[in-house]
Amino acid sequence: MGQLINSILVLLMLTGFMLLGSSRLAACIRTIAIQGLLLGFLAISMQDGDWTISGVLLPTTSAVVKGVVLPWLLFRAMREADTAREVEPFISYNLSIIAGAAALALSLWLGARLQLPNQPASSLLVPTAFFTSLVGMIVIASRRKALTQVLGYLALENGVYAFGTAVALHLPVLVELGILLDVFVAVFVMGIAMFHISREFNHIDTDKLAALTDRLR
Amino acid sequence: MIFLLIIMPVCAGTVAFFLESDRLRRILLLSVAVAQAVLSLTTWIVQPAPALGGWLAEDALGKMIDTLTNVLFLAVSFYAVAYLREERKQPHSDFVEGVFFSNAREASFTACLLFFLAAMNLVAVSQQLALLWVAVEATTLASAPLIYFHRHHRSLEATWKYLLICSVGIAFALLGIFFLAVAATNPDGSAISLMLHDLQSNAHHLNAPWLKAAFVLLLVGYGTKMGLAPFHTWLPDAHSEAPSIASALLSGALLNCAFLGILRAQEICVAGGLGDFSDRLLLAFGLISMAVAAIFISGQTDYKRMLAYSSVEHMGILAVGVGLGGAAAFGAMLHVINHSLTKAMLFLVAGNFLAVYRTKNTKGVAGALSVLPVSGMLWLLGLFAITGSPPFGPFLSEFTILKAALDQGQTFVAVVYLAILAIILAAMAAPALAMAQGTPSEHIGVTPGREIALTAVPAILGIVVLAMGVYVPSVLTRVLREAAHFLG
Repeated sequence: MGQLINSILVLLMLTGFMLLGSSRLAACIRTIAIQGLLLGFLAISMQDGDWTISGVLLPTTSAVVKGVVLPWLLFRAMREADTAREVEPFISYNLSIIAGAAALALSLWLGARLQLPNQPASSLLVPTAFFTSLVGMIVIASRRKALTQVLGYLALENGVYAFGTAVALHLPVLVELGILLDVFVAVFVMGIAMFHISREFNHIDTDKLAALTDRLR
Repeated sequence: MIFLLIIMPVCAGTVAFFLESDRLRRILLLSVAVAQAVLSLTTWIVQPAPALGGWLAEDALGKMIDTLTNVLFLAVSFYAVAYLREERKQPHSDFVEGVFFSNAREASFTACLLFFLAAMNLVAVSQQLALLWVAVEATTLASAPLIYFHRHHRSLEATWKYLLICSVGIAFALLGIFFLAVAATNPDGSAISLMLHDLQSNAHHLNAPWLKAAFVLLLVGYGTKMGLAPFHTWLPDAHSEAPSIASALLSGALLNCAFLGILRAQEICVAGGLGDFSDRLLLAFGLISMAVAAIFISGQTDYKRMLAYSSVEHMGILAVGVGLGGAAAFGAMLHVINHSLTKAMLFLVAGNFLAVYRTKNTKGVAGALSVLPVSGMLWLLGLFAITGSPPFGPFLSEFTILKAALDQGQTFVAVVYLAILAIILAAMAAPALAMAQGTPSEHIGVTPGREIALTAVPAILGIVVLAMGVYVPSVLTRVLREAAHFLG
């Protein structure tokens, strides 16, 4: 099991770098889809043999929502918004990757320092979770398009979810479903907002959303 | 009974979404609002049985927030029906930039109002902390369309910021919940459930460093939603661009729900003997919020933004009150009620100004006392109330907090607190007085035949605010004391 979990974790880390490095929106959406699927696999392989219905069904649902439904919604939003297919970051891709490397170092350091009450299945689990969240934050802060900000939010959420998996949390089914529903509706509502932004401004660049501010007088 | 509080608005919202008739939909909104208010007031007489295996139950704190939310929703829905009757359906020009825009479908707006109410009720009665998180995120999603009622680019910008900033903030709160779960895991693998009651009674077995980290994350996460500086950036935009009914609900009800999330974390810290740690953080964030609000209220030319920053200030006051603990925590609980009622009233009055003067600039409004006698009067009274002048409710609660700070020997906190309140009083009084007095410009005539509810609702809220300053019912005092008891 340890081997399998470790390979999934390494793949998850790679998706983080792919998200930071790719210049095409479609590639970013696909990366997030892969991330969602990997998280589902991770949760299932963490079951460690004693399969329960909820233990398999929940990660599967989550993988379907995050790996298939949400990417489909985002692809649709991208087509509807008829946006340029480039990511258009504020900072260069090289700088993004370097920031990613720094985030990875920070996550490994944090993961080594945190004292968990019970040992997780792999020492890479907690660092991967933190790294994925940090990548999400970098993407939200450094990308111009509304769509990429949603992708960043999803990566952040995936990282948090991965942490939940890492510490082998057994949240009640109702709560897990509630969290999943919230993420789904959040992306859905953001998708609608994005559609309106593209209609109102003819683009989805959020740096043009700057009419409302307060200056210090 | 608790189920009804959540199920009823959800069902009504779904029906409202598909109802074609404006009349029927408005009747539905009003009847649900009345039923919910009655239901939540009944819980003061008959303690409702816990539902869903204890996940949904009403303690003193939840009961207080829940009743406040439902009563405020009742007031706002009467105003909303009058407001929606007056709103034009056709595209009309925007008075800031002259662009043409139309409104969102009234059916979706009403549906979102009801979903929003359901989500807030769920926050108030959740005893399971992860479920509480789900509910808080649901409030964001249900209220975002409310901000985008007037479909122009500024409200869209505000909606986008609100959605993104709050969702990211709330993601931190989820991490906080997971940290809490780690803190509740024993070395032998057994774990304490995330039920508030279990966590409180086993608080001494919680892993202290993890609990501390969890508190920080929850404070940052829910603090974003509550509008604590420096995470408040979405708040002035959303409040100024949303229609006044939505602003009143955001300030009066939603911020309290987010605060409740922080209070639950505080209850666990206090029970676990980490009260000192959480108190210090609350005090620091509270004072920072008050200071930031004071800076941005000074010289503010948009009166809705001014009210929004005043909400940041009052959220700071609440955090300071809970951070001080003891009598100040009681004062903070009282202040939750006073601030909600006063701020909701002010936003509704601001909506009346906006409808007649068609500007959000303080300089564009003059002679409100002669153009809109009732609203103008209420504006002045509301302003005195919100800045903490006697004999209104907020004075009483702000004074309770100040007195507690002095009694505890926290002179520094007391001095800073008082100084900021004075600055804000001065900064808000000048433009607000100028708005009420003076002579109105020629082209603003007296508009006859406006809906009576548009002035009656804020007037009633104003009377309650005044009454709260003179007399606090003993049953309310008892519940507030009970709520404050667990907050240190």
